Amino acid sequence: MLTYLAKRLVTSAFILLGVTLVTFCMTFLIPADPVAMIAGRNSTEQSRQLIREQLGLHRPLPVQYADYVVRLAQGDFGRSFARKTDVGELIWSRLPATLLLMLGAIVAELLIGLPAGIWAASRRGRRSDKAVMTLSFVGVSAPQFVVGLSLLYVFAFWLQWLPLGGYGTVWHLILPAITLGIAGGGWYSRMMRSSMVDVLRQDYIRTARAKGVPEWRVVLKHGLKNAILPIIAMIGLDVGIFMSGVVVVESVFGWPGIGQLMWGAIQALDIPIIMGVTVVAAAFIILGNLLADLVTPLIDPRIRLR
Amino acid sequence: MGELWRAFRKDKAAVAGLAVIALFVLAALLAPVLAPYDPNFQFMDGLTDDGQPLPPSERFWFGTDRLGRDQLARVLYGGGVSLLIGVLANGFAVLIGTLLGVTAGYVKGRIGAAIMRFTDLMMAFPALLLGIALAAILKPSLFIVALVIALVSWVQVARVVYTETLALAERDFIEAARALGASPTRILFRHLIPHLMPTVLVYGTLGIATTVLFEATLSFVGVGVQPPMPSWGKMIFDSQSYYLTAPWLVFIPGAAILITALAFNLAGDGLRDALDPTQRGRR
Amino acid sequence: MKRALLCAAALALLAMPAQAQTPKQGGQVVVAFNNDLTTLDPHVGYDWQNWSVIKTIFDGLMDYKPGTTDLEPDLAESFTISADGLVYTFKLRDGIKFHNGRAMTAADVKWSLERSINPATQSPGASYFSAIKGYEDVAGGKATDLAGVTAPDDKTVVITLARPDATFLHVLALNFAFTVPKEAVEAAGADWGKKPVGTGGFKFIEWVPGQSMTLERFTEYNRPGVPYLDKLVFSFGLDPTVATLKLKAGEIDILGDGIPPAQFAEAMADPANKELIAVGDQLQTGYVTMNVTIAPFDNVKVREAVNMAINKERIVKIINNRAGAATQALPPAMPGYNPDNKGFAFDPEGAKKLLAEAGHPDGFTTEIYAMNVDPNPRIAEAIQQDLAAIGITAEIKALAQAEVIAAGGAGKAPMLWSGGMAWIADFPDPAGFYYPILGCGGAVEGGWNWARYCNKALDDRAAAADSMVKPEQIAERAKLWMGIFDDAMKDAPWAPIFNEKRFTYHSARLGGEPWLYTDPIHIPVNYDYIFAKDAQ
Repeated sequence: MLTYLAKRLVTSAFILLGVTLVTFCMTFLIPADPVAMIAGRNSTEQSRQLIREQLGLHRPLPVQYADYVVRLAQGDFGRSFARKTDVGELIWSRLPATLLLMLGAIVAELLIGLPAGIWAASRRGRRSDKAVMTLSFVGVSAPQFVVGLSLLYVFAFWLQWLPLGGYGTVWHLILPAITLGIAGGGWYSRMMRSSMVDVLRQDYIRTARAKGVPEWRVVLKHGLKNAILPIIAMIGLDVGIFMSGVVVVESVFGWPGIGQLMWGAIQALDIPIIMGVTVVAAAFIILGNLLADLVTPLIDPRIRLR
Repeated sequence: MGELWRAFRKDKAAVAGLAVIALFVLAALLAPVLAPYDPNFQFMDGLTDDGQPLPPSERFWFGTDRLGRDQLARVLYGGGVSLLIGVLANGFAVLIGTLLGVTAGYVKGRIGAAIMRFTDLMMAFPALLLGIALAAILKPSLFIVALVIALVSWVQVARVVYTETLALAERDFIEAARALGASPTRILFRHLIPHLMPTVLVYGTLGIATTVLFEATLSFVGVGVQPPMPSWGKMIFDSQSYYLTAPWLVFIPGAAILITALAFNLAGDGLRDALDPTQRGRR
Repeated sequence: MKRALLCAAALALLAMPAQAQTPKQGGQVVVAFNNDLTTLDPHVGYDWQNWSVIKTIFDGLMDYKPGTTDLEPDLAESFTISADGLVYTFKLRDGIKFHNGRAMTAADVKWSLERSINPATQSPGASYFSAIKGYEDVAGGKATDLAGVTAPDDKTVVITLARPDATFLHVLALNFAFTVPKEAVEAAGADWGKKPVGTGGFKFIEWVPGQSMTLERFTEYNRPGVPYLDKLVFSFGLDPTVATLKLKAGEIDILGDGIPPAQFAEAMADPANKELIAVGDQLQTGYVTMNVTIAPFDNVKVREAVNMAINKERIVKIINNRAGAATQALPPAMPGYNPDNKGFAFDPEGAKKLLAEAGHPDGFTTEIYAMNVDPNPRIAEAIQQDLAAIGITAEIKALAQAEVIAAGGAGKAPMLWSGGMAWIADFPDPAGFYYPILGCGGAVEGGWNWARYCNKALDDRAAAADSMVKPEQIAERAKLWMGIFDDAMKDAPWAPIFNEKRFTYHSARLGGEPWLYTDPIHIPVNYDYIFAKDAQ
């Protein structure tokens, strides 16, 4: 286990390095000049050249990249082109909000998705199964903007039960988490149902049933245990998806997460922010998958990690 | 084959799903014939005096959009792009993801680890940036959108399939097959993949909805279909803030996406049951 | 009789709110923006959103009368200009203090101008000061001392120009000329942009990135009585649609980003909003550039044809009539605007004829670049359809702002729609509308003259106009500029489309004349002069 962990951590560092390299190259493939964005419309070639030199953008790309990686290794994310402020600080200031939303969304997804999936599987082929299926497709197909705004309109504007967007208390988290949970819950319920259906056909379930064990106990004990593995893999994936930012939901609810930061940086080609967010998100994505892999053998001891 | 069809035909829901798919594909192909107007023509009187879109009427069955264009024509023409992205690109991603995931999960060892670390790497890229960069090198086209979507989506399938395979590989029936001397390829295709079909189906069908919407985001950064060419995802993306004042702008293309995904789900379920002899006749 | 009295009393009551415009001191106002601010460094910030926030925190030697485009001294009490227009002498007001308590002196003014020009600051506005003697040395990094600015005593600033510049007083009212305290800038280092210290009506309290910013009234502000508000709060990150709901719920007071298009018609139709939505002009022109250096737009007939082909009225309707159709480069509120110039009339038949004369009877294929944020792609699509009607096939390239600007600067964009690229005048003078976007100086690699239009004769006339610095020459100078823009547009490097209007939606608890909410200089509002009716 420990050797496995050590091996994974070492490879993770290399993957992270790979991510920085490819992202770095991509930012320079984009046909736009960050210096022109900084210098503004009244600039001259001379002033642009001076800015280029100050930012070190006149150096050969490999040198720039090496410099970036060395600084990154020391925890220095560089400074934003447009804001001039420290990128690390910008990201850390938004990270708690992003993590909180991620957590809330995953909880909401599971609370919506798992019961729906189990219920549908246990009533396979019946009308309620079909209703759950249709609802899960509606949840996944519905644009998040529409879901989010509808929830805000009803629960915050009309009924005034919850705050109209913003960040700070648990109450602020509820609606954005549900918005994300509705889409994610659709996925989880479908996965849960299909895994359960598969498991429920296994011989041991039939045996248990024949022995007169109550249906719900059979479903929960055996079904859940086997269906839970893909669900854990999906949670690991969700860590990555939510870390890279959920711009639409952040914007609808005024949630100060990383997505909005990234979106603005891409529009203005603020390379240090793009790089920084990508690196941090990548670290969490790798971590999410690693955790999912580590949990797997705890649930199914037959699986060994190598 | 004939037997398969006979089994499939018994499942009414599956047949209905197939019929809807056929209908949508046909509608997309025949859009030039079926559409009442040019999908890109902005009618002088297609907007109110305040510049608001017109609700559904006898003249414009699905209303007009924010440029005064006929929504019905745009939904018909947009179907081509969206079906291509949602079904083909997504299907391709699911196929790749399944093959790589099952291989990594069953073969394990160096190859398996290499595949899974590669998925980590691919997952960590910002998809939007990848799109912008690709669009900068290549000419923006539907092909790039499909490529980006396939590049981004397969990873998730691979992760989930990988984990499932890990568990499946330890099940008794795989052990039994191995003991009987079945080759790894045979085990992969005859025993593992059939058991993974439910998962594959979930990604293949729900994925339609998410990729169609994702295409709109990519088009926004200049990767995909450029205006005025319609697609369902773009129609929603462009007008979602209007859904309180002009709901038809969002709900009509939204319904098209939903129905497509549902139809594929019904047909897929039917196909799987028809393929699986143990399931025949017991629903 | 009793009834009449009652009626009169009721009428008086009804009239009360309209008269209750006596400003009150106190209270707070919340302004909602979708995006976080980028910086509060006055020498760096250059987008419409931080522009007016910076204006409330900092001051310069010059400013404008609230709600107008009329210059008045601000930090300066008075000024004189030498007969040759080269030497400006400013007398500073007494008792001006920075928010950190230190008295501001002439040396601060000099140091601030030097900082703005110093390339290490990376100010996008540095070149505005190019008329000042010694500018080249500082801008080139060869000196840090600006020879043309001296402070003979604490209350006097003398600025010497190398050439006369009629826009110079406007330049001194720009954010880039605002006065900052050296010790605070140096102490904050690179974080200065988020810890601003100025002399303005509001002092900076706190900025929670991505969430909110709080400013408080500066009690030692040198203008007595203002600002009225005790507290100014900016809330960030909220979608405008949700911000509108919040405004209706009374949680915010001003929609910083304006009324979202989806809610616009509804908001305007609601009689309750009549007093709450202020409408005004904006110093803005939306235009399509045509690159005059590449075929087929190197032919003036083709460019005229494009001008005649575009149905501007319909485009105005597409954006909910939030603009007026443009006839020329300058917006109507700008000096030098020619009310007699009706521009090119909408005439597709005439356009087709011109195209044929230019040798393109069957049209041609080209590209139009536009920023990807609504409504810009829609406007490009409308233009595309109009061009198709005369045979021109224009492929739309809807891209991120940075990419569109790069394509324009590289001369790669045959046509480019300017919307979203922040073309709002920096100051209310026609010169600012000419040099970067129509003059030869901007028609270079990386410049903003995306049409690459360069007419040396016009450049000379512009230089001549800007050397008329005497107050009695103002009218004559405006006339010269009118001629310059009229002649430039005869060459049709642009197709001017519309001039945007401003619609500022605010809560009922806010008071202040409507023109404060459509101030042409302070966008969205002039924070120093608005007030809360419910202040205690």
